[in-house]
Amino acid sequence: MEDLDKELSEHVPEFKDNAESEGEGGAFGGVSKVIATAHTHGWKQAAGVIGVAIVVIGLAEILIRVLNVPEFVLPTPSAIVVALFESINSIYPHFLYTLLELVAGYVIGAAIGMIFAAVLTQFPYFETIVTPYIILLITTPTIALVPLLMMRLGFTIWPRIIAVALASGPMVMINSMTGFRRADMPKIALARSYGATTFQIFLKIRFPLALPMVNVGLLVGGIFGLITAVGADMVGGDMGLGNRLSYYSSLGRMAEFFGVIILVALIGISIWIGVSRINKKWASWTG
Amino acid sequence: MNIQIDVKNASKTYHSERGEVEAIRDFSMEVAEGDFVAIVGPSGCGKTTLLWGLTGLHPFSGGSAKILGDEVGKPRQDVGIIFQQANLLPWRTLIDNIHFPLEIMGEDVTQYEQRVHDLLQTVGLVGFEDNMPNELSGGMQQRASIVRALSVDPKVLLMDEPFGALDAYTRDEMDALLLSIWNKTKKTIAFVTHRIEEAVYLADRVYVMTPRPAVNAKTFTIDLPRPRPEGTMMTQDFFNIVATIKQSISDEVKKQKQSGEYQTEKYSTAF
Repeated sequence: MEDLDKELSEHVPEFKDNAESEGEGGAFGGVSKVIATAHTHGWKQAAGVIGVAIVVIGLAEILIRVLNVPEFVLPTPSAIVVALFESINSIYPHFLYTLLELVAGYVIGAAIGMIFAAVLTQFPYFETIVTPYIILLITTPTIALVPLLMMRLGFTIWPRIIAVALASGPMVMINSMTGFRRADMPKIALARSYGATTFQIFLKIRFPLALPMVNVGLLVGGIFGLITAVGADMVGGDMGLGNRLSYYSSLGRMAEFFGVIILVALIGISIWIGVSRINKKWASWTG
Repeated sequence: MNIQIDVKNASKTYHSERGEVEAIRDFSMEVAEGDFVAIVGPSGCGKTTLLWGLTGLHPFSGGSAKILGDEVGKPRQDVGIIFQQANLLPWRTLIDNIHFPLEIMGEDVTQYEQRVHDLLQTVGLVGFEDNMPNELSGGMQQRASIVRALSVDPKVLLMDEPFGALDAYTRDEMDALLLSIWNKTKKTIAFVTHRIEEAVYLADRVYVMTPRPAVNAKTFTIDLPRPRPEGTMMTQDFFNIVATIKQSISDEVKKQKQSGEYQTEKYSTAF
């Protein structure tokens, strides 16, 4: 806060037309726009998307049948759906297991990432020190740590939760930092002129201003978490969707294999829809 | 006479990496309750700095400044600020933007409902309460920001080129609107602008500032009769006053340049 008042006392804030769009050019700037515009075309867009799916799946079904592609190479879409329904009872516990490791890891990672981002951006000096390590965490695939974690913690769910948290947290953090760094001084000056406290400024100005970028972090972090969860399942233990993928591919049961991929994709799509909802409700003012 | 804004020999010096820049020197001004004063000068002359000094967010480095009898220091709620741009929060509806100061101050919004509604009526924004700022025109946004400032019933209004970002027609409209609000409420207003016409039309008194460092070159009392309809800007008296002020500014600048006083940022930092 002292820094803020110092900044205000040394410089009259500049009024820019598009102060909000500052930092939008960041690593995943485009994604927030995609989320923001996803709901504007309504049923026409939905009909188009579903139409394309029907055509592609139909064509695949016909081509695979006509060309007599063997099932262990590429099963027909109908065979995949049938296999998924028939084996759903044996796949279901694995689905829940992966979902649990993803949700637990994601919630822990995202929460820590967001808090760190909010606090760190208030201290530019520490920010510059910590940022390289955050980038290191992002650029190193956390999946590489899983064998080590499993050696220490066993083939339980814990190493997987830690891996997911390590994959999603820094991603949420780095994007949130971009958001929290947006100091719209005229708006902060407005709040200060009514005697707002540091906490009020955070709650009513900084956080809403950062939310679009936080959401980008939540989206990308969620997808990173999912990749890591499935990958960690493959490394060891006998549970999880990743485990099922290795299992079915080793047996050449490709219909079940693709069925599991559909389940993984469904989780990914749910993350996307969830973040879109948050964005539509609280950050629809951007774009 | 109850002096509400009292500035004595105020000065402001910026410390930048390249040296010191003197923005304001020895500026003095007295504004009585219910007075409407304007501060004019070429851009970059420090008039915005002067106004921000009065807000307490951007303290002067020398001299004294009192508002409502107290030394300017912390921001205070009986002083309203209207910024160069509407400065609305884009994630809030118009009505939530207007409630923002009340929220910060922990006031009960329902107690201000009637007052806010009357203000919205005055500025013609009834029916737009639930619109988002990006759905409103620039003029409407600035009117909303006036309502926001007035909703808490401040005694003094500080306005920093509030209509500078608007087009000429909207600006004239907003000037007339501001005068009608002032006629009704009789707030004490300090209004910064670079448009001499606007200053003469609005104010009882016009303070002319010269470029860096800004000193108070001259003060003009505008004795055009009130109320001033928009047609005032077409009268011979109005033109004469504007011409006199323009002449005095260019004389002042010439004088400063000859005496070597006139600094640009470049000069002041090179030596």
